[in-house]
Amino acid sequence: MVEYGDIRVVYRGGSKINFRKPVISNDSRFLLCASGESVKVFSSVTEECVHELRGHTGQVTGVLLRPSNHLQVYSCSTDGTVRLWDFTDGILVRTYVVGYPVYSIYASLNHKEVVFIVTPVCVFVFAELFQLVAVNLPQTPDQLVEARDLSAVLSDVSSNPSTIAFGRGGEYLASVNNLKMEIYFFKKNKSYSFSLREYTKNGGKNTFTCIACHPKDDCVATGHDDGKIRLWRNFKQKKEYTYSTLHWHHSAVSSLCFTPEGTNLLSGGVESVLVQWRYNQENQKDFLPRLGAAITHVTVSPDGALFSTSHSDNKITIIQSCVKVSAVIQGLVKGENVTTGLLVDPRSKALVLNGRPGHLQFYSLQRDKLLFHLDIVQQEYIHEAGLEQFEVVRAAFDASGLWLATVEERKQKSAELELNLKLWSFDEQTQSFVLNTTVSAPHEARITAMCFSQAADSQTTTLVSASRDGHFKAWQLGLPAHTDGTQEWPSWSCDFVGAYHGLVPRCCCFSADGSLLAVGFQEVVTVWNPTSWELLTTLSQPPGDVRNLCFGQLSCSKYLLGSNNKKMVCCWNLLTCSLEWSTSMDVSLLLVDSRSENMAAFCCQDGSTDLFVFKPSEPRPLFSQKAVCSGRVIHAVFTPREVMLESSEESSQWLNRSQLYFLTEFMDLLTFSTKAEEEKLMASSKQLVIDDTVAMTPFYLLLGKHRHEHLGNEESAERTPLPQSSVAIKELLQTPAHVLPATSFLCSMFAKSLLISVTETSFMNSLSVLSAVAVKL
Amino acid sequence: MASFKPTQIPDLPKLGEKITEDTLYWKNYKAPVQIKEFGAVSNIDFSPVSPHNFAVTAFTRIHIYGPFSQEPVKTFTRFKDTAYCGRFRSDGQLLVAGCEDSVVRLYDVGGKAALRMYKGHTKAVHVADFTTGRYQILTASDDYTCRLWDIPNAVELTAYQEHTDYVRCGVTSKLNRDLFITGSYDHTLRVFDSRTEKSVMTMDHGQPVESLLLYPSEGLLVSAGGRYVKVWDLLKGGQPLVSLKNHHKTVTCLALNSSGQRLLSASLDRHVKVYNTTNYKVVHNFDYAAAILSLGLAPDDESIVVGMTNSILSIKHRKNLEEPKETSKPRRRPSYRVFMKGKNFVPKQDDYFVSKPARQHLAKYDKQLKRFNVSKALDTALEAWLRRKKPEVTVAVIKELDRRGTLKNALAGRDEEQLSRLLCFVIGNFFDTRFTPVLATTAEIVLDIYQCVIGQSAVIDRHLIHLQKLLEKEIYYQKDLMEILGMLDTMFAFSLLRKETAVAGLPECHTAAANVEIFKIVFEQSTCLYT
Repeated sequence: MVEYGDIRVVYRGGSKINFRKPVISNDSRFLLCASGESVKVFSSVTEECVHELRGHTGQVTGVLLRPSNHLQVYSCSTDGTVRLWDFTDGILVRTYVVGYPVYSIYASLNHKEVVFIVTPVCVFVFAELFQLVAVNLPQTPDQLVEARDLSAVLSDVSSNPSTIAFGRGGEYLASVNNLKMEIYFFKKNKSYSFSLREYTKNGGKNTFTCIACHPKDDCVATGHDDGKIRLWRNFKQKKEYTYSTLHWHHSAVSSLCFTPEGTNLLSGGVESVLVQWRYNQENQKDFLPRLGAAITHVTVSPDGALFSTSHSDNKITIIQSCVKVSAVIQGLVKGENVTTGLLVDPRSKALVLNGRPGHLQFYSLQRDKLLFHLDIVQQEYIHEAGLEQFEVVRAAFDASGLWLATVEERKQKSAELELNLKLWSFDEQTQSFVLNTTVSAPHEARITAMCFSQAADSQTTTLVSASRDGHFKAWQLGLPAHTDGTQEWPSWSCDFVGAYHGLVPRCCCFSADGSLLAVGFQEVVTVWNPTSWELLTTLSQPPGDVRNLCFGQLSCSKYLLGSNNKKMVCCWNLLTCSLEWSTSMDVSLLLVDSRSENMAAFCCQDGSTDLFVFKPSEPRPLFSQKAVCSGRVIHAVFTPREVMLESSEESSQWLNRSQLYFLTEFMDLLTFSTKAEEEKLMASSKQLVIDDTVAMTPFYLLLGKHRHEHLGNEESAERTPLPQSSVAIKELLQTPAHVLPATSFLCSMFAKSLLISVTETSFMNSLSVLSAVAVKL
Repeated sequence: MASFKPTQIPDLPKLGEKITEDTLYWKNYKAPVQIKEFGAVSNIDFSPVSPHNFAVTAFTRIHIYGPFSQEPVKTFTRFKDTAYCGRFRSDGQLLVAGCEDSVVRLYDVGGKAALRMYKGHTKAVHVADFTTGRYQILTASDDYTCRLWDIPNAVELTAYQEHTDYVRCGVTSKLNRDLFITGSYDHTLRVFDSRTEKSVMTMDHGQPVESLLLYPSEGLLVSAGGRYVKVWDLLKGGQPLVSLKNHHKTVTCLALNSSGQRLLSASLDRHVKVYNTTNYKVVHNFDYAAAILSLGLAPDDESIVVGMTNSILSIKHRKNLEEPKETSKPRRRPSYRVFMKGKNFVPKQDDYFVSKPARQHLAKYDKQLKRFNVSKALDTALEAWLRRKKPEVTVAVIKELDRRGTLKNALAGRDEEQLSRLLCFVIGNFFDTRFTPVLATTAEIVLDIYQCVIGQSAVIDRHLIHLQKLLEKEIYYQKDLMEILGMLDTMFAFSLLRKETAVAGLPECHTAAANVEIFKIVFEQSTCLYT
């Protein structure tokens, strides 16, 4: 990351959790999934993240339970290492350095201490050729182990992990790539390959997408691009193989999975329906429809009790025995384009942006957790590729968080644009937003900008929407209508329609006190009075269309800043209606911090983005940083801090009251953090480690003081080892229940093992403590 | 697993006027009975006594109609020239009428010939009325005078010569036998007391006064003249209270409803407007075919009678409130036991309550949409009662199918009967602005699919030709409306330009006012065209 003094850019939250297949632990209590540069361990019951296994320096590309020890897990990464973790405690056990980027990892019980990884054929990452390699993991007690004992198994495989599977406990290995399936038998050390024609007679595409092997039977299931599933049998000979076809999916099958006993086959695809086929009775199938988004991976827990499906909207669903969704782990949803931009809900301080299709998501930045989805469109989403459906394109909050305005849009190829403006009021009782008014077709063309009047104290809020049809409209809440008997809720209606010489408005902005409205009509900025709707003045600085507009805050509220697409930033003084200053800068994004006078400008230059933080009244920027990130910054937002920072350094003072979050072209959510903040974070985590064994009970408060005193006296006072590690208990816990002797026999042994041999000093200590307690009592 | 989201039926507001209690009240009249008179109907007066016959003065005749008769009960024809202002006495026995030949005639309602003739005016008498004392008559004439006559002796008692132009309206006080008010084309209203020589109060209306009306309390006086209706407070010495300008042509007559809560004004612009007398806002509006000259409201608002320049008398009767409703016997519901089964169970203290998941109730078409049975869903939506009673549901289902991209599949493969049902629905609702966009796409797709089989079925062809004709008509209307819009735009642009350039305030005001005038006329035309 880029360093600048003590401020640095850091990734914040919302990494993908649907990138690779998750893994469910043997006891079905934990679910592990690759998430960015770490592995996250979720509880499958409470949906909480229990541990985050950090250590990789590249994207984690695979997670795999160790076949010989079900409490340990392998993870591989593009940084060229395979790491072994104890996931219940979150400890890194061993690191194997492979030296090549690893794209997926496989293992089977048949092959002890060997893992199979997919690496690129040549060292260049950009090569499209991949091979499957067996890696012997050396058994040494060291933390860091070089694993250079590689042997190629298959060449020309796909980097997609769902295209390779082990069959029948590791007897053979099947891999598909494009139109070719290859099955490799370890015993015979021989591989058979089967290929299909590109298109079937009916025009279906035959490309393989995924594979699954039956755990007990010689049967391989493959999924195809046209939605077909083929079950291959008798593939031990090259010639006499057979296959049968199952067809239910209408588009590509993205994942296949057999249950551990092999009685069922699970498949999923774009339709977001989990299909359960009975093995050998394939005409009987069960469905679990409307899972929310396209299924990318399907997994089954080793005992077959839990299924989990990963979805394209960064979600993992945990399903109990194919009937009931028991838990949903949802990450920050990042679509192809965040059209609403980043918003901050003034009430919950959550980040609000496009979520699932037709929804707005509320994401808590403090807890890095998705709070909820608000259904804006309220229509059944049809999972079909190429179908145009309503999308939320604009959203705005008013200053108090009481009102939310959303615009949804549906553009058909032939027909006209469908637009809906919806206004939502916050309901205190249900603590969520309730639809108040729907305006269908508020404008004749796309809405380019929308904002609420930001005055917090005013009784009537005003919403302004600007559209490509050359008008901007002001919407106001009507008075509560008291018709006899029935009291209707007040609804929003259009108050004013403004235009300026038929030019297209691109942006609009209210001043902080709500007394002025600035609307940018191409190269002209018009300033209006929102109470009387008079055009007060026009400001213009040709050439170039105005792209961003914002009013200064607090002491700088007499300034109006605008940036245009001809690389100019202008600052007008509203008292004199004249240009205060202008500078040549290609600003792609200009935003204002509502807590201070500061403004932030993102400038795009040579494929990277620079940031300037400045006050409109001062000539020198407070903070500037070159190359904040690569690519353009498309959205950014200032979020208020809950606790103010007490930073005295000049360059980091602008981060005291609020934080700046921004979203890049590549959908990375980044923020700035100061050194002081990081130190604080580190300190708090250390504190946690020390205190995690002793609960803060009143007894502890009483006793703890004495213990601290003793600690001061005797440096050598050591904590008694916890009895978990005792041999007897391990024996007790790890022996299967049906071979255990009677409990009465075990009881005395167990009790003995719990006794701790007491040294004389510690005994004296405890005596003195007890006597002290007695005195106090 | 999210539950299925049912099709949304948008609650689209109906365009046009809002439904208020007033609209409900004033709409509750039957279709008008129209009677052709011999000339322009200049006056309508209801008899104060039951059965509330009304006298209609038109050309040289006065017809008396019964409350529900379409033929006149009685006719007075002995006028030499145009008759004016046939009015009943408070006991309903006598009728007085002025005439173009300056003679005032008094009739017995039962008789034929005039009982008395009052000669003295020198010009046409447009106003004649009985005073509350029952033995005197007030007349006012184009010779600028108003006179009081003794009925039995046919002697002129007093003559007032204060007006300086034609006196065209007058009203006598119902509470004071000596008081009466006249309005004249000299723009003034004058209050006279027969005990004094001179008028006691004068008010300036500003326009030639066409009609006068006293409130039952007689504290307020309403006058109509020019485009204005003005209300005066008589108890404050004739202070103007409100000036209403809701008509765009001369207001010709006024009426008050039976409760005194609503004021009606009729004008040459073919409208009757109903005002609320507390805030003087227009609460309802009636349209008529021609310029209105006279208006009468029966006691209890049982009927509204309007006389027009094209000599048509239009009578609207109130609908009977207690119309016997032909409701079928209510269907027998399942008994109480069925519904209460298991509902009255009270859990005991230690019982663990297992809540049953609430089943989502879906409409039939939603169930079919959930199973992706698109054709069936459309069939369900086109069921007779649904498409007649709730066309918005049918349209919403069509829209949903369109959104799912399966409208074409749903519309294809239909036989003659189904297709004609669909086309009927499309034709019936095509010009409802709420449904037009959806139905236009539907019609387009239908034409695309079935164009190869056009000509094979007479029924379908007929529907298609009907649709085509409707469309042509609509296009014609739209074209006209666009032309009018263009005209308006030029006018507004002109007035705005003047406003910006003109320095002095007065002349531009005039042009703006004139423009508004023209705008109103054009608007009138456009509404005419559209309806």
